[in-house]
Amino acid sequence: MTPVHQAYLLQARQMQALSFSVHIPLVCFGIAFPSMILFVEWLYMRSGDRLYLVLARRWTRVMAALFAIGVITGTLLSFEMGLLWPAFTATFGSVFGLGFAIEGFSFFMEAIFIGIYIYGWDRLSPRAHFLSGIPIAIAGFTGSLTVISVNAWMNHPSGFRLVGGKVVDVHPLKALFANSFLWPELVHMYIAGYIVAGFLLAGVYAVGMLRNKGIAPSRYQRTALAIPLTIAALASPVQILIGDWAARDVATSQPVKLAAIEGLYKTTKGAPEHLLGWYTEDQVKYGIAIPKMLSLLAFHNPDATVKGLDTVPPDRRPPVNVVRVSFQLMVGIGTLLALLGVVYLVVRIRRRRLPESLWFYRALALAGPASVVALIAGWVTTEVGRQPWVVYHVMLTSQSVTGASGIPVGYGTLVLVYVGVAIAVVWILRRLARMPLELPGDGGGASERKAAV
Amino acid sequence: MHLYELPLVFVLIGLVFYVVLAGADFGAGFWQLFAGRGDAGVRVREHAHESISPVWEANHVWLIFVLTVSWTAYPRAFGAIASTLSVPLFIAAIGIILRGAAYALRAGSSSARERRSIDTVFALSSILTPFALGTIVGGIASRRVPVGNAAGHLFSSWLNPTSILVGVLAVASSAYLAAVFLAADAVRADDADLQARFRARALAAGLLTGALSLAGLAVLHSDAHPLYQRLLHSDAVGAMVVSALAGLATLELVRRARFETARYTAAIAVTAIVAGWALAQNPILLRGLTVRQAAAPHDTLVLVVVAVLAGAVILFPSLALLFRLVLAGRLGHAQTVRAPAAPLGALLSASAPGLLARVAGACLLAGFGFLTLAEAGWAHAIGVLALLAFIVCGFLADVPSLLSEMGREDPGGEARRSVQ
Repeated sequence: MTPVHQAYLLQARQMQALSFSVHIPLVCFGIAFPSMILFVEWLYMRSGDRLYLVLARRWTRVMAALFAIGVITGTLLSFEMGLLWPAFTATFGSVFGLGFAIEGFSFFMEAIFIGIYIYGWDRLSPRAHFLSGIPIAIAGFTGSLTVISVNAWMNHPSGFRLVGGKVVDVHPLKALFANSFLWPELVHMYIAGYIVAGFLLAGVYAVGMLRNKGIAPSRYQRTALAIPLTIAALASPVQILIGDWAARDVATSQPVKLAAIEGLYKTTKGAPEHLLGWYTEDQVKYGIAIPKMLSLLAFHNPDATVKGLDTVPPDRRPPVNVVRVSFQLMVGIGTLLALLGVVYLVVRIRRRRLPESLWFYRALALAGPASVVALIAGWVTTEVGRQPWVVYHVMLTSQSVTGASGIPVGYGTLVLVYVGVAIAVVWILRRLARMPLELPGDGGGASERKAAV
Repeated sequence: MHLYELPLVFVLIGLVFYVVLAGADFGAGFWQLFAGRGDAGVRVREHAHESISPVWEANHVWLIFVLTVSWTAYPRAFGAIASTLSVPLFIAAIGIILRGAAYALRAGSSSARERRSIDTVFALSSILTPFALGTIVGGIASRRVPVGNAAGHLFSSWLNPTSILVGVLAVASSAYLAAVFLAADAVRADDADLQARFRARALAAGLLTGALSLAGLAVLHSDAHPLYQRLLHSDAVGAMVVSALAGLATLELVRRARFETARYTAAIAVTAIVAGWALAQNPILLRGLTVRQAAAPHDTLVLVVVAVLAGAVILFPSLALLFRLVLAGRLGHAQTVRAPAAPLGALLSASAPGLLARVAGACLLAGFGFLTLAEAGWAHAIGVLALLAFIVCGFLADVPSLLSEMGREDPGGEARRSVQ
């Protein structure tokens, strides 16, 4: 292997993390938005109520813009497989690559049918148009499945043997799809997609309502709020159970990651769980300890032994506080989101109406951005928690990084470009929200302008 | 043909689709920069934008296809190429990002001035991206990429005569393809003025591309002599002849304003060039690495071939649907939804929400039991399905009845607004 510029390892990792953090919230919309729009279109087909048509078409415009940005940010990620980690791809491409090759077709379906769906609004029969949206929703799932199959493999590799730096006995299907890590990760991310898209979308309409305090929200606003909110409210409590399932898998297969998540230095029987606090000098300080809780949660046994960071040498441990703080952020925000969801469901069941308290809508306006923070914190937990390995216990990230110089220049350029893209996205979404929608058979868009946020 | 060559054939087919289809989309951006001034210029830019709107994302995916099949079937070659040629690859990535962002921005633009500046960003990135990708091909073709992690030169691997030639050719042929395609679209839109404008552009770009190709042989002669030798003295020469003939035929068809047919001859010219390059370089993939040495293990190759063939079965009918819709303007009979099929309240029978809510509750309990308390894998599978069912049932129990209540409170809601 050629000498590698270790100095650039950290920049390369940060560049990857930046590219990923920009892309992943857009993925949530790719997962959840098509089915929400299809539901609204179905309502229109069933009832003939033009309000649903207007809503479906407005959401379609937003989906189109977000998909375009998702395409380009996702393309950069695939370039980075070679730009930043050529030795990883060169060594293991034959093992994990198939997942991305299948994902390519999923991406094809998504792009083709999004093209048909957007272009076909006035050009297809209502039924054909509705049907053309279904492959988009399916591709949102299959795309997640294949990409996460690769990530699950990196965390829990199998399906090959390494002999003298070369892979032999390669079984890609086994490596990608017969992996116990795949399913918790996939379900966790898929549900996160609905939570993030749901809370962000509902939050936009909540902000609109808060700005017009005293004016009763229109039926359009309440409809546009209720649909994503209900999905997110149902999904966020479920996510706690799914997350717990994923954590139990980490406990058995990646004990060092769990130890970093919990800041557990010494292997401990009946290990306590620490809330908050800071890991320093091999222990969690200033945290609230709950005796035996970690053993109970991780192994369903209060006296189970939990492996600590001391089971591996220091250079094989991930940076504890990054992992631990991210995990606590994800869990903390996730719990609050679930609480907000439960409040909404209780109001719906007990009072049979939408909540009226201003505080609920204030919380809802915050829930969207908070869910994005939780999403990224969750990925930081699993990806930084995997360090220093790129392929867990097989290849170090430092062995996989590019030997090309110039990473800092690329990193700086990318930061500038992505700041521009972020500004652009905000600008488009604000413009799209204000822009009138002209529908055939409508007297122009002026009427609809009022209905929009 | 050997199994280890088959994925490479797929990669080359994907490359041809990318060059022809996405190339034409890049070219549409190119013409936005040379649209001319005033009202006519605005119409040229609008036409270019509208033609690519429904298809550019699907066309872009061919690049992803090329990348993913390459790194799966020829991982060592991919690692070597991506690390040595990291600079042009990164430039192409930035070009793709700026271009896609500019495309998305256009949807929010409200004035001609805004659109003009957005189109300029789109156009510049549409020139930068194919140029950078072309320099990568030039670097590979002139054997400047050795095996290993960034083993080649960071700059001379892509800033060399062959790379510059291929980069410029990529831009020129994109412009050429786009002009032919946009002229054909103008015919369908029944716009004689636009048709004339793009016909003139197609002829100019076609002549330029042809001249560049001939001049390019001289560049290859001095800079990439092995490639030059093989291009003119092996099976590749046939492909070169086909390409030249198809190029000439395209020019003649464009001159006669037969743009639909010209689309296909132009595509043949490009296909023949890619085929010629492949034949001239075979069996060498990179300096010191044959296709066979670069290929992944047997099982992976088999699965890649199976995946691509299976993917093609769903891909091509879907692509055909998209292009038929775009080319014909519509599919089937578009009509608006007629009378309300059913008031929303009647979507679910009166007892359904209550029942669904109870089912949802049961699913939640079952999900907790099977996923959280049980240990077995099969129990976890049931638990996950139960939890997903909880979300779906809960949604169906709540939302339709909520929406119909809103409709009752504000019955004419939208109808009243649309009369205003």
